[in-house]
Amino acid sequence: MSVIAAEPALIAAKPRSAQLRRFARRNPTIVAGGTILAIIAALAIAAPLFAGDAITMQPALRLRPPSEANWFGTDHLGRDVFARTVYGAQVSLFVGISVAAMSITGGLFIGLMSGYFRRVDAVVMRLMDGLMAIPAILLAIALVALTRTSVSTVIMAITIPEIPRVVRLVRAVVLSVREAPYVEAAIAGGTPTWKILARHILPNTIAPLIVQATYICASAILIEAALSFLGAGTPPEIPTWGNMIAQSRLFLSRAPWTIFCPGIALAMVVLAVNLLGDGLRDRLDPRLARRM
Amino acid sequence: MLAYIARRLASTVLVMGIVAVFVFLLLHLSPGDPAAIIAGDNATGEQIAGIRKQLGLDDALPVQFYRWLAAVLHGDLGISIFSNEPVAKLISQRIEPTLSLALMTLLIAVTLAVSFGVVAAWKVGSWVDRSLMVVSVLGFSVPVFVVGYMLIYVFSISLRWLPVQGYSPIDQGFGPWIERLILPSIALGLAYVALIARITRTSMLEVLAEDYIRTANAKGVATRSVLLKHALKNAGVPIITVIGIGVALLIGGVVITETVFNIPGVGRLVVDAISKRDYPIIQGVILIFSGVYVLVNLLVDLSYTLLDPRIRY
Repeated sequence: MSVIAAEPALIAAKPRSAQLRRFARRNPTIVAGGTILAIIAALAIAAPLFAGDAITMQPALRLRPPSEANWFGTDHLGRDVFARTVYGAQVSLFVGISVAAMSITGGLFIGLMSGYFRRVDAVVMRLMDGLMAIPAILLAIALVALTRTSVSTVIMAITIPEIPRVVRLVRAVVLSVREAPYVEAAIAGGTPTWKILARHILPNTIAPLIVQATYICASAILIEAALSFLGAGTPPEIPTWGNMIAQSRLFLSRAPWTIFCPGIALAMVVLAVNLLGDGLRDRLDPRLARRM
Repeated sequence: MLAYIARRLASTVLVMGIVAVFVFLLLHLSPGDPAAIIAGDNATGEQIAGIRKQLGLDDALPVQFYRWLAAVLHGDLGISIFSNEPVAKLISQRIEPTLSLALMTLLIAVTLAVSFGVVAAWKVGSWVDRSLMVVSVLGFSVPVFVVGYMLIYVFSISLRWLPVQGYSPIDQGFGPWIERLILPSIALGLAYVALIARITRTSMLEVLAEDYIRTANAKGVATRSVLLKHALKNAGVPIITVIGIGVALLIGGVVITETVFNIPGVGRLVVDAISKRDYPIIQGVILIFSGVYVLVNLLVDLSYTLLDPRIRY
C-alpha cells in the first residue's frame, strides 16, 4: 500500500524544469518548431523597437554586402535588408495565422453541416470536389487579379482554396461518430440537433483540426510568398519576403544576399510550422501519424 | 468494371462542369463591373462599354454561361484582351516548354523518390533513411523559387556548369534542351520528391512486414527481386495515388518555376496576364490546368485494377 501511496507524491515532487525536460525529450519536434516560431514571432512583434528603417531608400548605399551597419546588406534601392526581412515576418505570420483561423472556421461549419445532414452532403461535396480540382495557386491568382491587391484580399484568396480540405476532414470525422452509440442515445433522448453537433460531435474534430491548422498555416505562408513573388500578392511597397525576392531578382549574381536572406527566413518559418505540425500530429492524432 | 468506368467518367464530367461554373463565375462574382476591372484604372467610359460588348456582358448570366461553355467545348477559350489573339492559340504556342518541364520533373522526381523510398524502407534507420526524413521536411518547407535561385547561383553563376535561364526548343537540339531543363526540374521536383518518397517508404514498410516477403527471403529470392517484384508492386497503389494528387503541386509550381527560370511557357503566360488583367487568359489556363489534374487523377483511379488485380469494382 505504501508503494502505491508514494507514487503520486513522487510525481508531484518532480520540479517543473524536469517536467519540461521530459516533455521536450518526448516531443522534440513540437519544442524545436515552437521555439523557432516563438523567437521569430517575438522578433516580428518587436520589429519597430530594434529593426530600424525598412522603407527609406538610400540610392548611394545600394547593393552593399552584409556589414556591421547593415547586417543583411542593402538592396538595389539602398534599403536595409535586415529591417525588411524582420518586417516581412509580420506579414507572413499574420497571413498564415489568419488563413488558418478563417479556413478552419469556415470548413468546420460546412463540414459539420455536410457530415450530419445527408441532403446537404451530396451538393456540398460535389462543389468541394470542383473547388479542389483547381490548383490552389491558380485559384488564388485569379481571385487576387480580380480585385485590388491588399493583404486582406490575399488572405481571402488563399483561404478559399484551403476550405475544401478542412471540409473533407471534418466531414470524415462526423461520419465516423454520427453512428456512435452516444450520439444515437442523444438523438433518442431528444437532444436538439445543434446541441448534438456542438457537444457530442464537435469535440472529436478538435485534435485533427489543430494539426490541420498548422499545415494550412505553413501552406498559406508559402502561397502568400509565391503570390507576392509573382506580382499577384501584397502591394509591392509592403516589405514581404515574396516582394523582396521578386524585386531583387535581377541582382542575383551581384547581390545574392538580397534574395537569400528573405528566402532563408521564409524557409525557416515554414520549417518551424511544419515541425510543430508533425509533432502535434504524432501527439494528438496517433492514427494519422502511423499512416504518414 | 465497365459500369465503374462509366460512373467514374460521369463524376469526372460533373467535377469539370463545376470547375467551369467556378471559372466562369470568378469574373462575375467579383465586386464591381468586370469590364471596368479589365479595362484598368485609367479607362474611359467608352473603352469600358467596348469591353462589355466584346465580352457580351450585357446579357443575362445564364445566357452568358451557356454561350461561354458552348465556345469552350468547341475549343474556343475567348480572345485575349491585351493581344487580341485567341487564348487557345496563345496557350498552344506556349505548351511545349511547360510540357517539357512537367514531364522532365515527373520523370526525375518519380525515379528519384521511389528508389529513395524503397532503399529507406529496406534499410530503416540507416543514413539513407535519415537523410530521406531531412529531404522530406526541407522539400515541404523551402519554396520553389528559393530552391531555384539557390541552384542558379551555385550551378550557373558560381560553377558555370549550366546555362542561367531560358528555354531551348527540342527541335533545335537535344543537348541545349535538356541543359536548360535540369535545374528547373530539380527545383520544381523537390517538394514532389519529398511527397512521393515519404509515401513509398511508409507503404513499403507495411508490405515488407508481410508473411510472403519473409517466405520469399527464406526461399532465397534475390533481395533486388524481393524489393522490386514482391514488395514494390504491392506497395504501388498509395504511391500512384500520391503521384496523381501531387500533380496539383506540380501545376502550381510550374507557374513559379517558369518565372524564376524565364521559361516562356503557359505559366509565364498566366503571370504576364495578371498585371494586364487579361482575364480570358487566366480563365483559359485555369480551365486547362484543372482539366489536366482531373484527368490525371481519373487515370490514376483506373490504374488501380491493373496494379492490384484484387481490386474489383
